Amino acid sequence: MRMTPPDSAGTTTIVPRVETRPDGATTWMRSFEPAMLLWLLLIAILAFLVLSPMLRLVFASFEDRVTGAFTLANYAEAYGRPRYVQALFNSLALGASVAVIATLFAVPIAWAISRTDMPAKGFIRMVVLGAFIMPPYLGAVAWMLLAGPNSGWLNRIWIGLTGAETGLFNIYSFTGLAFVIAVYSYPYIFVFTNAALDLVSSEMEDAANILGAGTWRTTLNITLPLVFPAILGGIIVVFLEAISLFGTPALLALPARFNVVTTQLWQFFEFPVKVETAAAYSMPLLFITIGLFGLQKLILARKGFVALTGKGGERRLIRLGPWRWVMFAYCMFIGALSVFGPVIVLAQAAFARAWGRGFSWANLTLRNFEYLLFEHDSARQSIVNSFTYAGATAFIAIGLALCIAYIVNRRLVPWGGVLAFMCMAPFVIPGIVLAIGFYAAYAPPPLALSGTATIMILAFATRFLPIAYANSAAGIRSINPEMEEAVRILGGGRLLAIRRVVAPLLKKSLVGGWILVFIPATRELSAAIFLAGPHNRVMSVLLYDLSEEGNFEVLSAFGGLLLVATLIVVAIGFRAIGRDFMLRGN
Amino acid sequence: MSKLVLNGLVRKFGEVTAVDDINLELAEGEFVSLLGPSGCGKTTTLRMIAGFINPTQGSIEMDGRVLSSPGGVVPPERRQMSMIFQSYAIWPNMTVAENVGFGLKLRKLSGDEVRRRTGEILEIVQMGHLAARYPAELSGGQQQRVALARAIVVKPAVLLLDEPLSNLDANLREEMRFEIRRLHDEFRITTVYVTHDQAEAMVTSDRIAVMNQGRIEQVDDPFTLYTKPRTRFVAGFIGRTNFLLAKRDGDAVRFEGFAIPAHLFEDGLAGTGGNLQFSVRPQSLHLHRAAPAAGRGRHAIEGRVVERAFLGEFWDYLVTPKDSRLRLRISAPPLAVYKVDEPVWVEFEPSQMAVID
Repeated sequence: MRMTPPDSAGTTTIVPRVETRPDGATTWMRSFEPAMLLWLLLIAILAFLVLSPMLRLVFASFEDRVTGAFTLANYAEAYGRPRYVQALFNSLALGASVAVIATLFAVPIAWAISRTDMPAKGFIRMVVLGAFIMPPYLGAVAWMLLAGPNSGWLNRIWIGLTGAETGLFNIYSFTGLAFVIAVYSYPYIFVFTNAALDLVSSEMEDAANILGAGTWRTTLNITLPLVFPAILGGIIVVFLEAISLFGTPALLALPARFNVVTTQLWQFFEFPVKVETAAAYSMPLLFITIGLFGLQKLILARKGFVALTGKGGERRLIRLGPWRWVMFAYCMFIGALSVFGPVIVLAQAAFARAWGRGFSWANLTLRNFEYLLFEHDSARQSIVNSFTYAGATAFIAIGLALCIAYIVNRRLVPWGGVLAFMCMAPFVIPGIVLAIGFYAAYAPPPLALSGTATIMILAFATRFLPIAYANSAAGIRSINPEMEEAVRILGGGRLLAIRRVVAPLLKKSLVGGWILVFIPATRELSAAIFLAGPHNRVMSVLLYDLSEEGNFEVLSAFGGLLLVATLIVVAIGFRAIGRDFMLRGN
Repeated sequence: MSKLVLNGLVRKFGEVTAVDDINLELAEGEFVSLLGPSGCGKTTTLRMIAGFINPTQGSIEMDGRVLSSPGGVVPPERRQMSMIFQSYAIWPNMTVAENVGFGLKLRKLSGDEVRRRTGEILEIVQMGHLAARYPAELSGGQQQRVALARAIVVKPAVLLLDEPLSNLDANLREEMRFEIRRLHDEFRITTVYVTHDQAEAMVTSDRIAVMNQGRIEQVDDPFTLYTKPRTRFVAGFIGRTNFLLAKRDGDAVRFEGFAIPAHLFEDGLAGTGGNLQFSVRPQSLHLHRAAPAAGRGRHAIEGRVVERAFLGEFWDYLVTPKDSRLRLRISAPPLAVYKVDEPVWVEFEPSQMAVID
């Protein structure tokens, strides 16, 4: 041990203290005002994007269309007719049916991939991802070709095989609608269930085995109950997806002459536009969504019931024996329903002179693409629009989310929690409701943004702000504040620290977040259809418009273009942030 | 002349007072540790010195210039200090050389000068051969050396260290203590070192400020702190000790069951009276089989061994004095073997018994 001479230790020397109180603003930073200004600015932006459209929506529902006076007439109109109320119940029944079908699709696949020795798991995962990437309304178009009454491929095969008078399937029905939505939403349940199963230790199953339970019994009595909360979480997401979806019901339910909430809302927007009635009519959708997401949070937060805490423990795969091929066949069957079949018939129609004439060289043509790309008055423009709007959306959402995530995480302003909450709030607002709110708030003067690119980009940015914020916040959290403090103590300012340390470290998660906003923004339909003007339609809106013309060959060709565009972006995402990035739990 | 002065420093977080009236002066080139349990306010104090946290009351001055006061603060980047963080905070996107040269570049030195000084300091911390590596390729100890080099190379006015060794394993920690001391002996940078590890503080520091509940309990060099703790907290926090209550009665200092003459104590315990509390280190108590010769300023009493444990480097005995319920913890060398229940003589060294508050 070192000893110090006592005289050097006691520093009792009186220091001539120079009371320099430099008052130059360069030295004396009063940290309060700039931070407050920043907070006010961000609050103002968020109020414009989130709060104002939602408040406007609620106010509009109580306003007289002409005078603006308080009234309950909108509610009376919205719920006054039996068919309006019927649409509401149709939506609930639809959500429940979709949830059941999607669970039957998703849970066996998730179990087989996570717990068993089923072959070709990587391939099956890719198929599930494929179903996830496929825009649901495009899937609906494909299923019109597959199971349209009589002329659909499956019906023609059925008639050909049995000599029956009529086809077996009719996709223009409640059952058909529920089935098609389930085919493209089951990946949500898959993601939740798979993540939970990956965390269940084999020891849980061993404990049951050692007491004499067989594989099936263990799976049904131990494994699945353990992940039940996660499955339920996924089911809630699927339910909400089903009741807030616009494209698929518009394509399948309207020809079948029944309505769900979203198609009914769309009809309120037909000339003359009844925004106030639509606002009143959208309230149940909004509150069901908020309520169910709250419920989901409660379910997933209940630990103890779920063995999801701690590390996964050792996991051994269940040996299925010959059953592994049965499981594989089941997964491939789901794959055929969601990806293979639809993609084949879409491709056939896209390159066909007339899709009904089937697969033959004589029927093959590039005419549909030629027409779309060189003759159609807005197809090319819509592709450009989709990409530029989605790009702008991603930049705005990520930029805003990043600023807020940074100042919230680094506690640069008081009340940061308010900012974070407002960023996440759009998560519980269905896209269609958000669109009506935007329309009610910014279509009329003074802004008069109706039908402009601006209103679409802002609505998209708001809609996907939660994705951007969750990603940005995770990225910022992963950077220890001491990294920046090390820059500052060595003489660099906060901006230098952000430029030289934070930005380079965030690069990867920024690219990831950008792509995760960009992809859904390129295929967004339910907000776009309410806000797009005739001159700035995006691909999804144009696809819907084409479907009304009934030219399936052109429709399929355009769907193919949309799909290829999406795949290119997803492929870039793969390269930038790794496989599986879309199937990770959100 | 004092380099760094903390004047009545107070920091509150809402209702909680994290730092409560800290006064401390550091001489130029001095190495002072802030030592205390977690939550005692030592890191908050250090971060106030760095300028990351503003004081609620009081001020911080360097070279006679006010750096921090409730009215305003000089931001960290203008303080000419450097700091070593608990997480090291080595920037993973820069090589070792870029990390170390960063502060020099901010000081607008020429490229050649930056390279020369970076190379020099990396040799000093024995990292010269790894200059082109990225931090992810380094071990914890190597990252620690990079952090040290990066902080020292800019020749800061004050060097701040925030529990820099807490993430290292035990052996490496011991090695790095001496490394830090060696670098201080070489560069003589005024240093404030925050730690909860008393051995770390004792190896590295000129003086140690022991902190508890936001206050400094005692500031002294390690030897004084150990032999003459002034409070019960300091005596208990630095090393192991026996706390004994006593009453002053004329020339007798009466403990439970025995007494020691007051004149054997330093200054004859002048200026004290009534109830007293002593801290008695286990090493300052000696065991004997027979009554030791009186004199040499010592005092022996009879007792009995009640518990013992062999720890390799020493024996740890618990001894109860005759007619007393006290249990004295006594350290004895490995060859001093006594059995449980064996009668022994316990020899006190009053000069090593510290009166505490």
